[in-house]
Amino acid sequence: MDVKIERKDSELLVSLAGELDQHAARGVMLHFRELEAQTLPERCTLDLSSLRFTDSSGIAVLLGLHRRVSDIGGSLRVVGTPQQAMKVFDAAGLRRVMKFE
Amino acid sequence: MKAVNEMNLTFPSRSINEGFARSVAAAFAAQLDPTLDELGDIKTAISEAVTNCIVHAYPDVIGSIKLRCRIYPDGRFEATISDRGVGIPDVEKAREPMFSTGGPERSGMGFTIMESFTDKLTVRSCPGKGTTVRFAKRIAVRAER
Repeated sequence: MDVKIERKDSELLVSLAGELDQHAARGVMLHFRELEAQTLPERCTLDLSSLRFTDSSGIAVLLGLHRRVSDIGGSLRVVGTPQQAMKVFDAAGLRRVMKFE
Repeated sequence: MKAVNEMNLTFPSRSINEGFARSVAAAFAAQLDPTLDELGDIKTAISEAVTNCIVHAYPDVIGSIKLRCRIYPDGRFEATISDRGVGIPDVEKAREPMFSTGGPERSGMGFTIMESFTDKLTVRSCPGKGTTVRFAKRIAVRAER
């Protein structure tokens, strides 16, 4: 699983590529934990267009990132979600919690 | 009904094997000529079941996980995932959405996803002896699509 985190002015762009399961989720969450709340931009975009697979581990990863961004009063936008991943997220009702585009 | 084909796989409960197990199951299920969507459902359900074994059945040890897949003449794919781990004291509770004993890194949606992505799911568990999860998924024949 490749995790890319880029800061562009007032926006944070996070891209996940590969397969996100429990094995990969631990590493992704470590990356997120390193994001300092003080310097976290208010707008965050999560790009999932290169996500080949996810299971319920992805739900916890998305909720974790959403919580971090919400804690500082920011907003999370999820883009490029593949069909397989969207089906998993829909089973958990994530569309009611965060914005998918 | 007698299975037309069958495979058995035994592997240790290392998390790296989550991807291995779902890939093997998907490669075997490919014999039924499933759509990408159906294949995705199978991979997701296998991934959830195997992850449960790794995280919950064997929390502090590396144990053995068995995966058996069968294909039936009516186009049914069936998978059985079993472990000899700690078992689930209350299966009904474990199957409830958002219930998890796995901490903030787990969503508690494993069984819910398995249920919604397959046609039939049964869970048998005996505390101290292990758990067996079985699910079936009907793969539509091409003419019906």
